[in-house]
Amino acid sequence: MSAELDIAAQVLELVRHRAPNAAAEVFVETHRLALTRFANSFIHQNVADEGTSVWLRLHHDGRTAIGSANIGPLSSLDDFVARTLTASQLLPVDPSWPGLNGAESAEAALHGQNNLDEATFHASPDDRAAVVRAFVDAAEGLPTAGYCRTTGSTAAYANTAGRSVTGAASTAAVDAIARTPSSDGVARIASVRLSDMDGARLGAVAVAKARAGTEPVTLPAGQYPVVLEPAAVIDVLISLGLYGFNGKALLERRSFIAPGEAQFDPVISLVDDPTLGLPFDIEGTPKRRLNLVTDGVTQTAVHDRRTAAALKVSSTGHAIAGGARLGPFPQNLLLSPAPEAPAGSSTVDDLPIADPSVAPLIAGMERGLLVSDLWYTRVLDPRTVVMTGLTRNGVWLIENGELVRPVRNLRFTQSYPSALAPGAVRAVGSRAITIPYNWGLLTATAPALAVESWNFTGDATG
Amino acid sequence: MAPRHMPECLMSFFEVADAAVAAAIEAGARYADARVMHRRYESMSVRNTEVEDLTQTEDAGIGVRALVGSSWGFHALPDLTEAGARRAGRAATEIARASARVPGPPLELVEVEVRVDSWANPCRIDPLSVSLSEKGDLLVETTRLMVEHGADIAEASYSIWDARIWFTSSAGHRIEQHIRKCGAGSSATAIGEHETQRRSSPRQYGTAGWELVEDLDLIGSAPQLASEARALLTAPPCPEGTTTLILGSEQMALQIHESVGHAVELDRILGWEAAFAGTSWLDLSQLGNLQYGSPLMNITADPTIPGALGSFGYDDEGTPAAPRDIVRDGIWVGVLAGRDSAAVAGLDYAGSVRSDGWARLPMVRMTNVGLLPGPHSLEEMIAETSEGVFMETNRSWSIDDKRLNFQFGCEIGWEIRNGKRGRMLRNPTYTGIGPVFWRSMDMLGGADELIVWGTPNCGKGQPSQIGHTGHPAVPARFTNVRVGVRG
Repeated sequence: MSAELDIAAQVLELVRHRAPNAAAEVFVETHRLALTRFANSFIHQNVADEGTSVWLRLHHDGRTAIGSANIGPLSSLDDFVARTLTASQLLPVDPSWPGLNGAESAEAALHGQNNLDEATFHASPDDRAAVVRAFVDAAEGLPTAGYCRTTGSTAAYANTAGRSVTGAASTAAVDAIARTPSSDGVARIASVRLSDMDGARLGAVAVAKARAGTEPVTLPAGQYPVVLEPAAVIDVLISLGLYGFNGKALLERRSFIAPGEAQFDPVISLVDDPTLGLPFDIEGTPKRRLNLVTDGVTQTAVHDRRTAAALKVSSTGHAIAGGARLGPFPQNLLLSPAPEAPAGSSTVDDLPIADPSVAPLIAGMERGLLVSDLWYTRVLDPRTVVMTGLTRNGVWLIENGELVRPVRNLRFTQSYPSALAPGAVRAVGSRAITIPYNWGLLTATAPALAVESWNFTGDATG
Repeated sequence: MAPRHMPECLMSFFEVADAAVAAAIEAGARYADARVMHRRYESMSVRNTEVEDLTQTEDAGIGVRALVGSSWGFHALPDLTEAGARRAGRAATEIARASARVPGPPLELVEVEVRVDSWANPCRIDPLSVSLSEKGDLLVETTRLMVEHGADIAEASYSIWDARIWFTSSAGHRIEQHIRKCGAGSSATAIGEHETQRRSSPRQYGTAGWELVEDLDLIGSAPQLASEARALLTAPPCPEGTTTLILGSEQMALQIHESVGHAVELDRILGWEAAFAGTSWLDLSQLGNLQYGSPLMNITADPTIPGALGSFGYDDEGTPAAPRDIVRDGIWVGVLAGRDSAAVAGLDYAGSVRSDGWARLPMVRMTNVGLLPGPHSLEEMIAETSEGVFMETNRSWSIDDKRLNFQFGCEIGWEIRNGKRGRMLRNPTYTGIGPVFWRSMDMLGGADELIVWGTPNCGKGQPSQIGHTGHPAVPARFTNVRVGVRG
């Protein structure tokens, strides 16, 4: 029995002792998080932490309460259970309690699905520093900044209905820039394995982009066709996931999605593919590949057990701690890349500032913008997912299928679903890259994307 | 007072922290400090009269910083035994040695008085001692009234934080703090055919007891919020154009936070946040000379304000809380600094370094960054405006990585014509460039309109941390502002 499963079993036993009729579920996770951060080309913050946390949800006498705590020498599991049980007694009746996952074959469903690399799980500070050293050395003297991160997680879920599952995962990520006085160039990647983090190559990419972005010009505001590089695309995907494919938003009519309707361009196929992270959610539901949009047709939202029960569907394995307020949202979005490059797309032979798979998208554009990254995007209307934000880490003007000059950052206000609506997408790139999101531990996988129109409302200087 | 479950055989928490510091020094660090923390958190959220979430968490652990040469290391563990503390201390030094593989320039720390002290914020009603049923009844009744008055989604919530901290350093600090914070808010959402509209109560948080929440009058404000949310669905949109803008004090708190507070963080100015949070448009060579705003603009960073959310006795480096001028008569004169960043910048003060818990590295954070009141009133501003827009309550915020170009949206606006408040406007937004905007401020509310707002959700750092900041603010008027930007 894993240490986490042992703790979960202890908690359930304490619940049974105090409230034999209570339905209870426990999620126990031991995590390791280490992040080596650098700026001005030296490591200035280098941190690691580890610990075990326990999450308990119990339903007793029609009432539901959640408690969480970390496990340490000061912890008393019995007090923790008693406190959570007391809380449940003081709360009103919970009419939408969805019940627990049953015992059936959860272990079998999860067999072999761990997204785990042992070397990454046990990576040392020196291992991360070596990646940073290579990135900095590749920068040819340009100032650099960013991080190299590794995480490890072992977890267990158990409930009073007899289900118990265990799993483990590791992740590694690099997100870093090289800088000139007038431009930044970015390189990002995420994976299960630290060995996929090629600091030298990533540094070279960042340097090439930074050098290609120097002395940008100001462009007037207006509607422009754009090629969004993968880092920009994942902002679009994650926002669509948070506000659109969120089961709670759908339940409350706050989402724009309409399953069965062709709401996106036919080249858009979006899935949630749990290739990173634990193989089950906090309710013990196995994660699986889930089609959200197929050839432009919306398929489904994602659900935890509560939103699923309300809509009479099954949980898709997207329950998260704190999800009662936020609702379940996709954790591993993947925009399917094009099977092959569009025809007549090879006029840009050598593209130092973007992945070669982006070249065909640029080649097909008469006048538009190549955008590396979107920054500080915030929702103006959740229902239509109208977002405002800025470009960052490189914008270039495209004319007659070629990159002609770098452009200063621009502010935009744009409905994301409208940008991907039927007829609005010109092409999808042929290579998808897994990238860490700029907040938390979310990642997404996306190719570049060319869309007909993006609404820039001003340049970043006013 | 020790946490409830502390076995008597354990060392005191100062001794645990001392053990970690000693282990870090023995392993080769030239400076080390440690924070033992015991934290309790409780929040409840109610949606349409149903309790959708009650969260109660409790944790304890130790975080250790070690400095080897010019390189830092930090390690955190939820293990408060002597062995655990020593392991954390050794690991912090080991990480600092790894940092030295990519070393920076020589680093010193600005001097700070070494103190042995304790501090606790005022707290009349311990928020964790108020019964869950009383707290729940307040939220349920608030949402019931909102639904009754037209809200499709009515939400109300509170949060409570209770942290005990024991800090020691190799320089000799021994500081114990007990910081209790709480706050609450509510919002009414009306769902239309094509969009949603929301009105929120002032979301107020502070280093205070439950008395803060009792003073908010969540129930009293509920009916008006619901009817305003419903009315917004059919209100005309905020027109596009350049006009005179009046901001209510809650939106001013957001304006200060985003376009002044973050811009004066010294780590950003030095480039330490370049890859994520960003840098700053400010250059240290301009400190003391730059015209940041109009002469009406006076900004201070003051962690000593009783009850404000960014208040403390000592920051997480052991620097005693002290007020500091940031902008004086419109001139930029100060920054938010830590002991290392201040030394790098050639400054002689720190005091703004905090973390969101024992497991995170302390870093430069806002304390209570706020605007000193001026000579006018909101009533006077409206009366003296022939054409403009009055906006209040933040709905969205976005600002560039230099903290220069911003676009903020508010929940509600009102047209102002010939000195009178007119029609309600929906989806009001405004955009501008920080110093241009602040230099256009020509009227500023007085001391009787001053409210110390609290922001409990300030994100920064990698790994991400959530900071708690305070923002004294009054209404203000700005000229020639672009409003009504939309997609």
